[in-house]
Parts: sequence; structure tokens; C-alpha cells
Amino acid sequence: MMDEQAGAAEQAGAAGQPESLQEDLYRTIALIRRFEERSIELVRSGDIVSGIHPCIGQEAVAAGIGAALRRDDVMMANHRGHGHLLAKGTDPGRLFAEMMGRATGIAHGRGGSFHPSDLSVNVYGSTGTVGHGAPMAAGVAWALARSGTDRIAISIFGDGAVNQGALLESFNLASLWQVPAVFVCENNLYATTLPVQDAVAGSITGRAEAFGIPAASHDGMDPEVVLEATAGAVARARSGGGPSFLEFKTYRYEGHHTFELTAGLHYRDPEEVAQWRSRDPLELAGSRIPADRRKQIDEEVEIVIDTASRFALDSPRLDPAEGLDYLYSSGLRLRSGVSGG
Amino acid sequence: MPYLSYLRAINRALGDEMERDPAVFLMGEDVREALTNTTIGLLKRFGPERIIETPLSEQGFTDFATGAALAGLRPIVEYQIPFLLLLVFEQIANQANKVSLMSGGQARVPVTYLLPAAGWRPAWGAQHSDQPYPMFGHFGVKTVLPATPVDAYGLLVTAIRDDDPVVVFAPIAAHKVQENVVFADLAPVPLGVGRVHREGADVTVVAVGHCVHDALAVAQDMAEEISVEVFDPRTLYPFDWDGLAASLEKTGRLVVMDDSNRFCGLAAEVLATAAEEMRLVAPPRRVTRPDSAVLGCVPELDLPLQPDRGQLAVAIKEVLKGAR
Repeated sequence: MMDEQAGAAEQAGAAGQPESLQEDLYRTIALIRRFEERSIELVRSGDIVSGIHPCIGQEAVAAGIGAALRRDDVMMANHRGHGHLLAKGTDPGRLFAEMMGRATGIAHGRGGSFHPSDLSVNVYGSTGTVGHGAPMAAGVAWALARSGTDRIAISIFGDGAVNQGALLESFNLASLWQVPAVFVCENNLYATTLPVQDAVAGSITGRAEAFGIPAASHDGMDPEVVLEATAGAVARARSGGGPSFLEFKTYRYEGHHTFELTAGLHYRDPEEVAQWRSRDPLELAGSRIPADRRKQIDEEVEIVIDTASRFALDSPRLDPAEGLDYLYSSGLRLRSGVSGG
Repeated sequence: MPYLSYLRAINRALGDEMERDPAVFLMGEDVREALTNTTIGLLKRFGPERIIETPLSEQGFTDFATGAALAGLRPIVEYQIPFLLLLVFEQIANQANKVSLMSGGQARVPVTYLLPAAGWRPAWGAQHSDQPYPMFGHFGVKTVLPATPVDAYGLLVTAIRDDDPVVVFAPIAAHKVQENVVFADLAPVPLGVGRVHREGADVTVVAVGHCVHDALAVAQDMAEEISVEVFDPRTLYPFDWDGLAASLEKTGRLVVMDDSNRFCGLAAEVLATAAEEMRLVAPPRRVTRPDSAVLGCVPELDLPLQPDRGQLAVAIKEVLKGAR
């Protein structure tokens, strides 16, 4: 079963004995944690100019989802998407390079931290227009079903997305046409600075239920809970049972974006942050595997992150003459912004 | 030779492309009943799996089409009313049209957005009468506006086969146009290549969509005194600048007749580029809708707000008088 699945274990090049499921989940969480921590260092050093939307604290959701999917399943991620891509099997070095705007980036720097995609692992995109990945995932799922495969599509969005019209429209279409899609809300309690209770009337799961989509809310800090819930929804979609909706309650320890490192916002009580940190998915997953294995995985992840960030830092920068490349699949070239130029 | 009407040409292009490529499908509102006449017979021919009736959910199904395209299909999305393209401008300009860039060329979105009824019709009100085509060019979305049935067929076929998003505007005022055709001669028309409908030596009239027919009529009326060349870019974006330059090289005088609003409209871009880079011996003129025109419910008010033949004739004469 595991060898059919795309997970960080495969990516990390774990040698020797096959990993247990719990070790695999821990490795993915550790990889994402260290990737994000290194990314913040690279933001501070100026190597990642955009800043990032860190997902530290939310890694269990990505890890559980990644373990529930096959490599050929399609994912639509979002602006807080590094963890999603890594859990789907993206190469960390090429993702760092993408975020640094280097030529070796997955999308040659054109997606950046905000809009990464990786067709090699079937991440079709990460939209920054909150919630708009959901209708795209519905369309992907519909097309996959038509083609006769049992592949499914998953869309991951935050609590800020659940009030977007296009997302709610996609629930209607997905349910109406019974597409093999899984909609996942990572409810981290804040849309930028706005608390979910000030934004959401009714309930998050109630939105999906209103369209006849089975919906459930789960603990998003426990990767095994996420895996089990997602695997159920995926199996349902794969077998022709139609779409499902999952809400995972989770928390981001860092700000909405690294601009909060200097912005001095005060929308969260430090005690609340501390309380969620006490349920850290890294510690939870780590407590479930032997200490020596945890140490070994940590060391391996460190090597992966060091190698990956070095690869990106050593990669060539982009040529300003190529600023208009990739705008069109057909290779159409545009006029310059200077008359006669 | 049989007559081909404008909407029949669209219908034929849709049918031919769906026949040729099983990845092509069409979605939209009231398409089962062929409310806009473009899908007549297609449900029976291709079934409900390829003629997809949608709820009134334009933002949702426009993104949905992007997803289907990412998964390898070639959607055609039909919108009944021009303003719906404003509702889904985000989905087309900011989502679908940026996928190629944001993926660094990994992914493509071959979607055709079809507006079979662009522009004003009598007394349909302020929200049903716009011509939003310049907006798409401004954002770099490939945009075509065929004037004739043969071009409607050829440009729609090309749009469907193109690997990027393409918006196809079919002006209502051109629907009545018919052409004698040999069906076997119908062929794809490349994007970005204009067409000289009438050769002339004194002045170039750039006209798009139904305005092409107005320009041809005016050219005919003035033929004894002025030799008017009528240049139809056919594709608004990318524009056939080489074709325009070649025409102006000959005439040196320019009038643009464009049914979009004046401010930042298509005519503004054509004049600016011609003034900067092409041969002009006299100040150019525009015949357009007014700045931010809103056409409403009263034809007596609305008709004077749209470019017409009389305005074009005056502009041509003024350009002929003028000299640098």
C-alpha cells in the first residue's frame, strides 16, 4: 500500500528498512517544519524577497493528506502551500529555488512562494485568490472521472475561503455532478487578522452540508486523524461516491505572512498561541515513534534541508531578458513597454 | 453556393471541432435549448456529457473550466450577456490567463470563452449592452472579434485549438451578415492576422466586428471621391501591427471605428501605436462610443452613443483635410 503513495519518505531517500506509517508521517512533518524554519531564515537574509506565508503548526494536515493520496491524484494548494507540495512529493531544493526566484525553480521562479505548482507530482496550482482553487479542483475532478480513471482531485483552502462565492458555487457544481473531489478546509482560526468567529455565520461544515456534501470536522494537529479522515473521503471519491468536505482545526504559530515579523500586529493572545503550541504536531508524531528513529529521521531531514537550500542558493539567478517568457503556451511574444523598443 | 449566417458559422465551428477532438466540450446556460442559437443540434449529436448545462454560477463554472483544461480537456464556455464577462474577469484574466506564467510553462489552459451576443440590442437596459473587449487585451488575454461568418468560423476553430485562453466576441449587430460559401473551403483563421476587406489609397479605416460592415458601406458610398482602405484586425489581441503599418505606409491617414468606450478603448491603442511608430501624414481620428458610455432602455438615446456611418464619413473627410 505505502509504495503506491507519494510521501516525503520516498522523497527523503530513506534507506534501509521500510518506514512505519508513523515514521513516515513524522518525517513529513519534520521536513515541512524545518523547510519553513529555513525559509524564514532565508526571508530574513533577503534570499526570499517575497516573504512567505509560513505553515508552521499546520504540518499535520499536509502530512496526513499527503499520505492519503496517490502520486497521480491532483492537488490544488493555496498561498500557504509549501507544506502541501512537500507532502505531495515536491523536491525541496527546487521549491526553495522557486521561492528564491532561481532558474532551477519548479516554475523558473514564476510561481514563487505564493503560487507554486509542480505538475511532476500533480500539484496543478496554488491560487492567491482565496478559495478559487476549489472550483478548479472540481473541474479537474470532473475531467478525471470522464477520462475513466480513478484519480481524484483535492482542494485545500483556509477558513478565510469559506465565504467566497466561487468556492460555494463549486460545492454546488461538485455535488450536482458528483465529481470525485475532496474539499479540505484548514481552519487555523484566522483569515489574516480576522478571527473565524467574526467572519463565519453558521458553521464551516454546514456550508458543504447545505449542498448535500458529506462534511465532518476533525483535529488537524494529529496526522493520523487527518490521514484516516482524508483516506475515507478519498476512497469515497475514488469509488464514485462523489465529493466530501473535511474541516481540520489547526493553528499557525507564525503570522499570516512573514511581514508580521516586523509589523507588530496584536490580533492574537500569546496565551492562545502557547496553548496551541502545547499540541505541537511535531511532538505528537515524534512521541509515537522510537527515540532512536526520531533522532535518525531528524538527522536525515537536516541533511535534506541543508542540501536543498544549498542547491537553491547555488542556482543561477534569472535573466532579466526573460521576463516575458512563459506568458503564453503558444509562445506569443509581447511588445516592449518602450515605444519602438 | 449555400448561404452561411454568422451564428450558423459558430454552430458549425463548434460541431466540427467537437467532432474532430473528443477533448472539446461546451458548457453554459440554456445551451441544451440553444437559447443563443450557437448549440443547435449539438446536444443530440454529442450528448449531455459534452454539452453541459450549467446553473447560473458563472464564477464557479469559469474556474471549473480552467480545472478541466488543466486536466487535458478543451472547454468552450458560453456566456449569454456581455456583463457576465465582467463577473468572470478575475477567473479569466487573473486565473486562467496566468497559469502558463505562474507554472513556468508546466501547465496550459486551452479554454475558449464565447460571447455570442456582444454589444447593444434595443432597450435591453444598462447591464446588457456593453462591449468589454478592450479590457481583455489590456490584460493580455487573446481576444477575437470576427466580422463575417467565414471569419467567425475560422477564428473560433483557431481559438478552440489554441493552447491559451481565448475570448471570442460575436457582435449582435453582425449576426445578420450572411455569406456565400463553399463549406469545404471553411478553414482556421490564424490569430493576430488582419484582413484588408477593401483596398484603398487615401485613408485606412480600421474597423472591428460589425463596424467592418459599416466601414465597407461608407467606403462604397464615398468611392467616387475618396479611396478608402478597410482594415479589419480580426484579432484584437495580439493585434496585427504589421498589417496596419503596411496599410498606413500606403495611405498615411487613419480613422478607427470601434464600438467600445473611448477611454482606454481599442481605438486609443491603435491611434497611439500608429502615431508613435507608423506613417501618418495627418492627425488620426476615432469614432467610438463616448467615454464610459452606458446604453440603456431608450433607442433614441442609445443609438447616437454608438459609432455610426455618418460619424465615420465625417471623420474620413476631416482626416483627408488635415495635414501635419
